Amino acid sequence: MTDEARPRSAVGAPPQGGRIGRGTVPADCSSRTSAGSVLAAGNASGPAKPVLRRSLERVLHPFAPVLTVLGALGVVWYAAAAWLNAPQVIERVLADQPGWGLAELLPLTWSMQRPVLPAPHQIGLDLWRSIVDWPLNSPRSLLFHTGVTAASTLVGFVMGTLLGLALAVAIVHSRTLDRSLFPWIIASQTVPVLAVAPIVIVALGSMGLTGVFPKSVISMYLCFFPVTVAMVKGLRSPGVMELELMHTYAASAGHTFWKLRAPASLPFLFPSLRVGIAAALVGAIVAELPTGAQAGLGARLLTGSYYGNTVQIWSALVMSALLGLALTGAVAWAEKWFTPGGRK
Amino acid sequence: MKPVEVNLRPVVEVVDMSVQFTGEPPVIALDRVSLDIAEGEFISLIGPSGCGKTTLLRVIADLEQATSGRVMVNGMSSHDARLARAYGYVFQAPALFPWRTVLANVTLPLEVQGVSGEQARETARVQLERVGLKGFESKYPWQLSGGMQQRVSIARALGFEPKLLMMDEPFGALDEITRDRLNEQLLRLWEREKRTVIFVTHSIPEAVFLSSRIVVMSPRPGRIVELIESKLPADRTLDIRETPEFIDIAHRVRLALRDAHD
Repeated sequence: MTDEARPRSAVGAPPQGGRIGRGTVPADCSSRTSAGSVLAAGNASGPAKPVLRRSLERVLHPFAPVLTVLGALGVVWYAAAAWLNAPQVIERVLADQPGWGLAELLPLTWSMQRPVLPAPHQIGLDLWRSIVDWPLNSPRSLLFHTGVTAASTLVGFVMGTLLGLALAVAIVHSRTLDRSLFPWIIASQTVPVLAVAPIVIVALGSMGLTGVFPKSVISMYLCFFPVTVAMVKGLRSPGVMELELMHTYAASAGHTFWKLRAPASLPFLFPSLRVGIAAALVGAIVAELPTGAQAGLGARLLTGSYYGNTVQIWSALVMSALLGLALTGAVAWAEKWFTPGGRK
Repeated sequence: MKPVEVNLRPVVEVVDMSVQFTGEPPVIALDRVSLDIAEGEFISLIGPSGCGKTTLLRVIADLEQATSGRVMVNGMSSHDARLARAYGYVFQAPALFPWRTVLANVTLPLEVQGVSGEQARETARVQLERVGLKGFESKYPWQLSGGMQQRVSIARALGFEPKLLMMDEPFGALDEITRDRLNEQLLRLWEREKRTVIFVTHSIPEAVFLSSRIVVMSPRPGRIVELIESKLPADRTLDIRETPEFIDIAHRVRLALRDAHD
């Protein structure tokens, strides 16, 4: 689960880390010193300093690797933005200003209206504005679009998981279904979803089905596959000896399923759910593209590219990444909840 | 202790039973084996690997099908006996479910038989106490040593009070010290409750120490070569292994095994 939790906290970390860096004592640190009186007495530079540094290290330590990567990424990003945006800046702005240097060029490459590659702070600012400046029900609020996409992702995820489970149970219990279904299941995933999505959306739309449901169908289409594959493996994971044990108890197929196969498959289920929910998100976004959907992160991506608004595209991308992390994080949390300390 | 009489019908009755595994060429695992086991006996099946001792046990337990011949358990076919839950079976490995606590592992067969929750747990607690695992009920299998895990699996097999207990090299994977101790505990259990036990092993001292009758088997094809009665006192302890009687029986088993191999 930690691999999911980390990037999440890393994303949340920079502002916090920045505040600490500027010397504000974090709440838990000041209470911990119990020499809060020392701080209050204005003697902060004295004995409090090593304590501060120690707790700072303690706070930063788990994030250090992530922050390092984030820092490196930032440097590369700013460099790339400068490199990619420079030709436009030179052509449009600096062409009539002879004698410009790097000092003039760089700030301009990082503050264009429609850059080839926006700088991180531009994306951050756009994200912030599109979240804070508009009410939740406004189509200009990014959270509104995130909510729309999250809804079809979750509905599709639930449908896909149920379909995946049903197929796995059927396949495990019937040799005929094993042989007849599996090739179709594999084949279904070789068809590019970009080609399937418009067909499904249009077909369902002609039947009067619009809104969340058609998009969820695409999510389900991508989501059921990892669940089926993992659960077939999981339900078949009990060894000969465990199965024979149930056989000596004259256990029914139902007992064997609920007392042996199902619990044995749980460690296979949750990783597949994490893959599945990420796939469901991709499905929902793809499904928002073809018909010029009105709402959703996919629609934001599409309108962004119509109007050459690269900053909007990027903030929608970042938002979908955050949504993906939140969703897989939720699955990881559920896994912890459902598997007690016994499993090893 | 008086031997049980009036038992006209043996608990296990194997008549001219053969098992052939398909293959190229087909393997004859057991060749016209006959064996009667009376109630209260402790029978050991001993022989080199490939002699079909495990196969014989598995046929009696309806885990393997006889190609020809007849196998009766409690006067029923082995299939019906299994459906009637006539026996408990202990495998070579503990085969505990890792997601269940020790107590929940022991209640498993009871749950399958529809015994209600609290009653099943009470029975399981009693069985765990019998194998010396009181206080470990809420542990998970991985928190226990190999010997303790195998004791849990014995408690599990005893949970629904089967008259017949089948054990397939249950202590094979354990160290000798643990094995000795478990042998002694198993003997006490048998002595106390007089269940019929069929025990597969390839250890001569183990077979002699535990059994009232030892079935010596030979490989290729698997058949029974000798039945050796053992009349050691029921309340024997491990010290008996130093006595001439014990050494004599062990010697006879060894000779029978050697003859079978030539």
